[in-house]
Amino acid sequence: MTREIKYFEALREAQAQCLESDRDVVVMGLGVPGPTGVFGTTKNLIDDYGPDRVLDMPSSENAMTGMLLGASSNGMRPIMVHMRVDFAVLSMEPLVNQAAKWHYMYGGKMRAPLTVRMIIGQGWGQGPQHSQALQAWFAHIPGLKVIMPTTAHDAKGMLISAVRDDAPVISIEHRWLYGVSGAVPEEMYETPIGKARIMRPGKDVTIVAASYASLLALRAAEMLADAGIDAEVLDLRTITPLDRESIVASVRKTGRLVVADTGTAEFGISAEIVCAAVEGASESLKSAPRRVGLPSVPTPTSPALSEHFYPRAIHIAEAAAATLGAKLQFTEPETGKWHDVPDPSFTGPY
Amino acid sequence: MTPKAAIGGNTRPEIDVRRELYRSMLRTRRVEEAIVDRYTEQEMRCPVHICIGQEAPPTGISAHLQKQDHVYSAHRSHGHYLAKGGDMPAMIAEIYGKSDGCAVGKGGSQHLIDLDAGFICSAPILASTISVGVGDAWAARRRGEDRVIVIYFGDGSTEEGAFHEALNFAGVNKLPIVFVCENNLYSVHTSLETRQPENQTVRRLGPPNGMESFDGDGNDVEAVWRLADYAVNKARNGGGPTLLEFHTYRWMEHCGPLDDTHLGYRSAEELESWKARCPVDTYRDRLIQDGSVDQAWLESEEETLHKEIEAAFTAAQNSPFPEAEELFRHVYPE
Ligand SMILES: Cc1ncc(C[n+]2csc(CCOP(=O)(O)OP(=O)(O)O)c2C)c(N)n1
Ligand SMILES: [Mg+2]
Repeated sequence: MTREIKYFEALREAQAQCLESDRDVVVMGLGVPGPTGVFGTTKNLIDDYGPDRVLDMPSSENAMTGMLLGASSNGMRPIMVHMRVDFAVLSMEPLVNQAAKWHYMYGGKMRAPLTVRMIIGQGWGQGPQHSQALQAWFAHIPGLKVIMPTTAHDAKGMLISAVRDDAPVISIEHRWLYGVSGAVPEEMYETPIGKARIMRPGKDVTIVAASYASLLALRAAEMLADAGIDAEVLDLRTITPLDRESIVASVRKTGRLVVADTGTAEFGISAEIVCAAVEGASESLKSAPRRVGLPSVPTPTSPALSEHFYPRAIHIAEAAAATLGAKLQFTEPETGKWHDVPDPSFTGPY
Repeated sequence: MTPKAAIGGNTRPEIDVRRELYRSMLRTRRVEEAIVDRYTEQEMRCPVHICIGQEAPPTGISAHLQKQDHVYSAHRSHGHYLAKGGDMPAMIAEIYGKSDGCAVGKGGSQHLIDLDAGFICSAPILASTISVGVGDAWAARRRGEDRVIVIYFGDGSTEEGAFHEALNFAGVNKLPIVFVCENNLYSVHTSLETRQPENQTVRRLGPPNGMESFDGDGNDVEAVWRLADYAVNKARNGGGPTLLEFHTYRWMEHCGPLDDTHLGYRSAEELESWKARCPVDTYRDRLIQDGSVDQAWLESEEETLHKEIEAAFTAAQNSPFPEAEELFRHVYPE
């Protein structure tokens, strides 16, 4: 039997093994060496790798990103960590104007092997400035790679790939995946960036998703199966470079498409995926593609409003059924009083 | 007050002002304690940054503010809001995510607002509201308004570039601002030494940015009151901005209602030594000693406050949640 560990533990193990195997790897971010270790993902790394390589920083996201870019272009492989993607907004200048363009702009002479981990959240009143899902922003910038691993296995393998990649890689991690367990090999391994994966094969409709939305898509596929609809779930794993081939191949097979994303639907990554399907498989499409994402409003704090803000599995199932022209009634499993936690063990604040 | 009297002086406020200072600090303390008591019920579903231990700075500052003056704050904002006269029931309802909340439940504890009281905004992105407050001061002066702007932030915020950029602009333009740093030695679990040069003050950053600066005991409400008297009146009279730094200490965990000394980033002894210098209790003792208050007055204050706070919590709990349609309102002004 393969060992099972949680997503956050897989991230920690990936960083530990990168620190172990490459002297040029450092991990830096607010609270990285601290007692809670960024939701456990960097906890106690300082004990094994010391304060020179597992570092806190001043609250200076902008300059610290530029600083790590400088370190990376001089041969280091830094991992920068942001507890929330919203804080990384302060580091957009060095990421977007500099790191993303470094290699191209200097005629291939410069490299910026920088990995930036950013956590996106949901629920527990995190509200407008602590829970945005900005994957589309980063994906829009040529030169950045954007990964959104879903499983513990991929969390480890893709983070290792990111650290070894010579391009700047943005790793977007959904907080609600942190407690999910999966089989993770103990040895160091790479999961390739740029390759999607079929999580569940099916023939009637393709659901393309990423990160936490992929788990919702799997749940939706079960609901659909109960209704006799066989959905295929394609877990993107990487946003850019986008694995267009896998999207096209799946849509050619099923003829129908739903895209589920944890970000805002409008101008989000779902638009690009629908476009990829239309460009590559229009002759196979039997119905108009649909997408499930956040409405175009800031995240509300009140649980009474966030309940209507975040899509659930049932919304993906309904969208998939609609691509088959079916208006089906699905039933959701009973939840507790609140919708703003992934499971009852999750208590705030976090 | 002259700068000298403000720093080292022993000018004391009148007795009724002393009582008001005490009452205001006590009110913030009791509100925060009420949140702490109920938070584990998991009905207040948003992060809360409790300011117990740090009641003196907003109290001493607000004593010199007028209604038309504006206050800007960050994540640890409850004390700033209450001291400026922010509506307490609306704050509690906001934390409960209810429709009677000061932001209709959309913002939560991290986004308090009370425009009538001159509490303009609070936001948890570090240093983000500092430049916004500077812009308010700039506009107020252009439009000839009699308005002093107070901007609160923590020691951590002073590491953001935007803080330095905003200070510079305020200094260049001699804007009517009091910058107030509550230095509580920590940014979440990270101590000051890891983040800033050794043996330095935040206050050092005033003069190079074209403004006077002072630091003082942030647990002594009268020390705050004296420095604020100087800085607020200077700003009001066209004398430009001042940077004030107050040394103080947070008692509870960074975010949430618990003690956190088990985490090991600070010691129980350190916490106890600051608790021994409790801004509320030490001031009460001083006022008893100098005859400014007596036991009967203290008891009646406690009772009045208790009633006020209980009523606010009851109202918040009874307030309806916002309707689902509220989700789509306010994206753009109508
Ligand atoms: C730009 C940004 N980076 C990081 C954070 C996370 N964060 C929230 S509060 C905080 C500590 C701030 O410390 P300080 O300014 O001293 O205020 P205190 O909490 O001590 O009152 C940090 C790092 C944030 N909110 N915004
Ligand atoms: Mg602090």
